[in-house]
Amino acid sequence: MTNEAKLMSMEEAVRKFVTDGAVIYLGGWAHLYPYSIVFELIRQKKRDLTLVKHSPELMADMLIGAGCVRKLLFGWVGNAGIGSCHAFRRAVEKGIPRSVEIEEYTHFSLGARLKAGAMGIPFLPTKSLIGSDLVKYNQVAMIMTCPFTRENVCVVPAINPDVGLIHVQKADAQGNAQVWGVIGDTKDGAFASNKLVLSAEQIVPTEEIRRDPNRTVVPSFKVSAVVEQPWGAHPSYAQGYYDRDNDFYVDYDKWTREPEGFERFLTEWIYSGTDNSDYLKKLGADRMQRLKPRPFMSSSVNFGLYG
Amino acid sequence: MIASAARELRDGQVVIVGIGVPVLASLLAQRTHAPNIIMVYESGIVGAQPSRLSLSIGDPNLVSRCLMINDVFDTFGMIMQRGYIDVGFVSGAQIDKFGNLNSTIIGDYAKPKVRLPGSGGAYEIAALVKKLIIIMPHERRRFVEQVDFITSPGYLSGPGEREKYGLRGEGPHVVLSTLGILKFDKLSKEMYLESYHPGVTIDEVKENTGWDLKISPTVHETMPPTAEQIRLLRHELDPRGIFLKRHSKNQR
Repeated sequence: MTNEAKLMSMEEAVRKFVTDGAVIYLGGWAHLYPYSIVFELIRQKKRDLTLVKHSPELMADMLIGAGCVRKLLFGWVGNAGIGSCHAFRRAVEKGIPRSVEIEEYTHFSLGARLKAGAMGIPFLPTKSLIGSDLVKYNQVAMIMTCPFTRENVCVVPAINPDVGLIHVQKADAQGNAQVWGVIGDTKDGAFASNKLVLSAEQIVPTEEIRRDPNRTVVPSFKVSAVVEQPWGAHPSYAQGYYDRDNDFYVDYDKWTREPEGFERFLTEWIYSGTDNSDYLKKLGADRMQRLKPRPFMSSSVNFGLYG
Repeated sequence: MIASAARELRDGQVVIVGIGVPVLASLLAQRTHAPNIIMVYESGIVGAQPSRLSLSIGDPNLVSRCLMINDVFDTFGMIMQRGYIDVGFVSGAQIDKFGNLNSTIIGDYAKPKVRLPGSGGAYEIAALVKKLIIIMPHERRRFVEQVDFITSPGYLSGPGEREKYGLRGEGPHVVLSTLGILKFDKLSKEMYLESYHPGVTIDEVKENTGWDLKISPTVHETMPPTAEQIRLLRHELDPRGIFLKRHSKNQR
């Protein structure tokens, strides 16, 4: 695939690589959540998706409330420090707008599924889930005896999502992607996924990637689509670019307590615009400026040129 | 409560923290008797130096000037499962007399009355850290005879159970509630009241507990925070009272 073929608009990337019924991995972890990709999934009215993410926060809430989700594999769904995700609760408690099948894990046990998927190995053992009631309801994880030490271990099978959706700080046009700050499970999820769509705050020349290769979390050969998307993680954050917009999380909690409020949120923030530039216009330049951090540069290191 | 939590920490310990009370307790301990505490977060951050209170355990403020960042799987594996966490904090919607915690559902799993956020890393913290500190608002609807769902195992159904399942951590060490400090009997593994906070009566604690709470024969009033601890909390660490208001009855 040529460089030109990978670099595309968000609309095209989502249309081409996310089909109804797909199993989707969502990247990030508090940091670099791919919200602008999620907004596009909602705009394109994707249906019957299976989401795989141990901490999907509002992304899962928005997709579930918008009727996009058939099944959710997760470890925790909440609005951090604030309270519940209301659309998630409505779906599970009352089947509104539709019931969602849940496959519940802990962070470590679902992480192990993605790690196994990333490694190309059928399963991985951990000491997770043992003694928890989660084992009674999770039909996939198994407790077994370690063949070497005879201790109890929890084994989970590999999962390979159809497509991974991630947001990073820098990428080149081929998709060599770099992250700094919290990495989360982005590398595992990206390698586990069969195809990968990535958005980046900045598209940079490959030479810039080559100057700092330890930061690269995804190599180009894993990547199907590259989208330039500044502020693509909002309302979550991108280390060094903008802060977490806590006000938005607080407002979202208030707006979405009832289904009508949730619908209004979708209309005003997602359906009313055709792409993320409309979303950012609504956010406003003042607010965006207030979210920018002061600079704090790392020291550069000498990789050396040899030979 | 925060001062009591800080007292549980020793210098040089590696502590896994979430937002709120655990962070404030660790910061307070760092500023007083334990300057070399290393704060670890599930998000992968090691050696955080928070300079603001955050809503998220992956907040950017925690990243800048931390010591190390690992991915989440390695945090659970190499640090927690490998046994490097000395102290962990957990909470939940419900707790029972064996210190089992529920953050999954109220009611029936298939059709819950209340769907709670889920375990996240709470299970792993409860199962794998050396010393587990539980933080709970002390209310009858939270301190229940039997939790609706065991998300994070305490002593399960009593003595020998953790060993039978092969859970590595020792189990809950202490419950710091808004009304007092509760510990677990070494033999029966049942929760009992060790101390009641100033201004709280033993009856009040019993009334807010959904089972016949055992009382220690040496039950006493909780040591109040020192003037210096109060000053640090109110004026430096949580000047806007974001977490102090939520978790104190009379500022513990």
